[in-house]
Amino acid sequence: MNKANVFNIQKFSVHDGPGIRTTVFFKGCPLNCLWCHNPESQNSKKQILLDGSKCVLCGTCVKLCPQGAVKIENNVPVTDMGKCTGCRQCEIYCIPVARQVAGREYTVEEVVKEVMKDEVFYKQSGGGVTLSGGEPLIQIDFLEELLVKLKEKNIHTAVDTCGAVNFENIRRISDYTDVFLYDIKLMDDKKHTEFTGVSNKLILDNLRRLSEVHENINLRMPIIEGVNADVNHIEKTIDFIRGLNVFSINLLPYHDIAKHKYKELNINYDEDKMSKPSDEKMQNFKETFEKEGYKVKIGG
Amino acid sequence: MRGYTERTKKLREESVSAQPRISLERALLETEFYQEYYGKVETPILRAMNFKNYMEKRKLYIGEGELIVGEKSEAPQVAPTFPELCAHTVEDMTVMSERKYINFKTTEEERIIQVERILPYWEKRSTRDKILGSMTQEWKDCYAAGMFTEFMEQRAPGHTVADDKFYHKGFLDFKKEIEEAIDDLDFLNDAEAYDKKSQLEAMAISCDAIIVYGQRYATYARELAEKETDQKRKEELLWVAHNCDVVPAHKPETYAQALQMYWFVHIGVTTEVNTWDAFSPGRLDQYLYPFYKKEFEAGTIDYDKARELMECLWIKFNNQPAPPKVGITLKESATYTDFANLNTGGINPYTGENGVNDVSYIILDTMDEMKLLQPSSNVQISRKTPDEFLKRAVEISRKGWGQPAFYNTEELIQELINAGKSFEDARFGGSSGCVETGCHGREAYVLTGYLNVPKIFELTMNNGFDKYTNKQIGIKTGNPEDFKSYDELQNAFFKQLEYIINVKIRGNNVIEKIFAEHMPTPFMSVLTTGCKENGKDYNAGGSKYNTRYIQVVGIGTITDCLASVKYNVYEQKRFTMKELLAAIDANFAGYEMIHNLVLNHTPKYGNDDDYADNIMLDVFANVRDRIRGRKSVCKGTYQIDMLPTTCHVYFGSVMTASANGRLKEKPVTDGISPEKGADTNGPTAVLKSCAKMDHTSTGGTLLNQKFTPSSIAGQNGIDNVSALIRSYFEMNGHHIQFNVVDRQTLMDAQKHPDEYKDLIVRVAGYSDLFNNLEKALQDEIIARTEQAFN
Repeated sequence: MNKANVFNIQKFSVHDGPGIRTTVFFKGCPLNCLWCHNPESQNSKKQILLDGSKCVLCGTCVKLCPQGAVKIENNVPVTDMGKCTGCRQCEIYCIPVARQVAGREYTVEEVVKEVMKDEVFYKQSGGGVTLSGGEPLIQIDFLEELLVKLKEKNIHTAVDTCGAVNFENIRRISDYTDVFLYDIKLMDDKKHTEFTGVSNKLILDNLRRLSEVHENINLRMPIIEGVNADVNHIEKTIDFIRGLNVFSINLLPYHDIAKHKYKELNINYDEDKMSKPSDEKMQNFKETFEKEGYKVKIGG
Repeated sequence: MRGYTERTKKLREESVSAQPRISLERALLETEFYQEYYGKVETPILRAMNFKNYMEKRKLYIGEGELIVGEKSEAPQVAPTFPELCAHTVEDMTVMSERKYINFKTTEEERIIQVERILPYWEKRSTRDKILGSMTQEWKDCYAAGMFTEFMEQRAPGHTVADDKFYHKGFLDFKKEIEEAIDDLDFLNDAEAYDKKSQLEAMAISCDAIIVYGQRYATYARELAEKETDQKRKEELLWVAHNCDVVPAHKPETYAQALQMYWFVHIGVTTEVNTWDAFSPGRLDQYLYPFYKKEFEAGTIDYDKARELMECLWIKFNNQPAPPKVGITLKESATYTDFANLNTGGINPYTGENGVNDVSYIILDTMDEMKLLQPSSNVQISRKTPDEFLKRAVEISRKGWGQPAFYNTEELIQELINAGKSFEDARFGGSSGCVETGCHGREAYVLTGYLNVPKIFELTMNNGFDKYTNKQIGIKTGNPEDFKSYDELQNAFFKQLEYIINVKIRGNNVIEKIFAEHMPTPFMSVLTTGCKENGKDYNAGGSKYNTRYIQVVGIGTITDCLASVKYNVYEQKRFTMKELLAAIDANFAGYEMIHNLVLNHTPKYGNDDDYADNIMLDVFANVRDRIRGRKSVCKGTYQIDMLPTTCHVYFGSVMTASANGRLKEKPVTDGISPEKGADTNGPTAVLKSCAKMDHTSTGGTLLNQKFTPSSIAGQNGIDNVSALIRSYFEMNGHHIQFNVVDRQTLMDAQKHPDEYKDLIVRVAGYSDLFNNLEKALQDEIIARTEQAFN
């Protein structure tokens, strides 16, 4: 039975494709973007988010863990994730609500059951289900089975991908995906490697190849001051996508609301390197794309 | 300043800036009348003559620039009093004048009049005195403990909604029909013929009363025109006079006369007695459209004129505060709003086609421009309703002050049919007052009081003992620590429920009799189909349909309480019943772990989670089946509603902490909304949970949803809210309404009331000025879960 590690199933999602949707967030991503607003999505294994400002070091988590996986070291409860089975006892019994276990194994049936709960809203709004992450395409067997099941039920499907996967994976789901939400981060390969940890060659190549077999591609472009908020990047993107089946573009201005999650995961967050682009700049970028005939929206 | 024209700008400003006060004019006229006539004529005739006496002698008011005329009392924002129902004591009058919220100014002179001329006659004679003197000790104990409230304690049965009859006939026509009915009485074989005769004669007198009122206005308008120097105003006054020559004696011929007809009828109903819930125009757009169409085609009216007249009507509604309430009745309904409610859109009641017409849009535009608390405006959305209309309504609703609310036409009709009404009558149905459903113009649907279901569970957890009044007020259903299973607990709760409902209904029956015998309403009877035909008063079961509602409060709280005990005590065995009871007693102080578990890690209603929602279904069916279908003494049939007005705040204030983690004295849930903070899966999950109950087996349910303004911005926001409404209605949801204001704004408004004088929020089935709400209710609205679009 196919199982996947999912960290959130978000109902009433209205910024990840058309209409009212449910978005399934898969855990694990080949990229490691500096600005990632779901840092708990990067690692494919379970993780503990710990809000240090709330933790009162009562030791309940240490006492209750059936695996003895939690220890207090230097006034911080540290969890040995190798031992953690994800039973959530430490989360449930944490009075100050400081602990949260990110990631839960789901079967395809479980996900289908959960997302089908909102079928009526999809039909009324022209919405559906979005599979996002993390990178859903790295759990391809699960993803394919899920998409096939959703299409059997006549549900509109969207897949949000970073594109950094074997093209074979993309091809396998292409027929069951109504819209691809395809992320383009940086056109400059050197910078791409610097800010995301991998080269953009495979990503761009896959976009070109996807365009040959799929008609409905929505480009998602995070715009980050200090990283890619320059005309050069926009123009290069336009050059690249000219002639491809890109029907619309979403420009997503950077925000730092995920800052606290980095802290809770004990991951470094280079906030000094990034800031929010001005509204004026966003508007200019939007118009630049529009001049080329694209349908553009700022935000999701 | 708001208003489509200079005239309505000025009239609206006068309406919103006047300080509500009372007038003793009606009370004095009535007292003098009763002193002379009481005991000399049959009661229905006494009531009709009393009404006519008031209409003949009361002061008239035509404000500068007014086109629609008539006030409940001497001027805008002046409320008459009704000593025959509730004779206010001097203390009451001082409290109502000085209290911070919902105050009515009274003067020293008025207090002296009350003591010297009004109270001496009405003490022990008012229905309030009769009711309180007739109730059993059990009833009094439950009432004092806040197990339920009683609508008729200081107000009369309300809830007549207009249908179309007085747009096709005048009161001379009605009188003629009544006289024919008298002629047709069978005095040889019908044992009730004599009673029927006095009822019918009373109805005929009340027709005269309203006709006299209209004639006096015609005369008064001509007098003013005579003196008027401004030529334009002079013509307007003569135009008003002409309208009053036609209505209410004859059927209206024009759009303006149709509005004036409605308004005279409204004044008649709301001054005959103090009905809780004023009177409602019902499907006004459907009734006005033929007049508008005829005149529009003839070129005698255009949008601008029709719109200005509609705004004039709106201001008239807002001019009438609900008469002053005191005590528990004020707590259950702490508002100036008199719950006149309009249903716009829906289907055409004559043909079943889409009912949206030009007047529907005039009403929406008026509502949007006027932004007034009254009338409480809503739209009916049918499957046939065009998206354009729905989206225009959403666009207004998104502005954040709670109007219009949205009702589901197909579901409303199904509710009425399920309750035994004919399809033809059901199509004339809709909501009135708050969310309750009835067949307009054909039904007396009397709300009798709120039922505090969470507190019934609290009694069960204490073996029938009430910790608020320190009294054994329920039956002894056993010490919960001895219950071996959830089923035992549930059974004890259902026994307690049965007992409290029976105490309530026994009291209702007595009150119903008191009104049937002592407080007939012949004018209301003229307006309600069935009363003339049956020769019976509206308050005695004369209407074609008679429904008695009990309003069930706190389904969210009770569901979460039961889920909490079932899940934590009996299944997960996280703690014992004894520990839970100790934690509740301590208001969870020192029991933080139990509080954390019940609050944060227990299945809750409102998340589309079958565990909790199945418990809700169980409770819902058990409460409903213990009420629905029971017969009242005047041939009424019982039904439930799921609405709170402001009663959920009062009910919570008389309770200990709850098993779901709710703290002592905090409000219980409103309508069918989930507990504050319990719905963590977004609005679609809330709607799914709420739609699981069978709305069509109730007489109405109320659902509040709060959104932040940014979350529903843009065209997408309108599209998504529209889709939410359509989806909820596809699942047979009855009603939904929105508050669109962020928490920060509300908290700021609480701190700086002077800067937020015009902030209007949705409370229950109505909107109110935030500043008019007592602090506990303000806090409750702030705490309602805010759904953000991610």
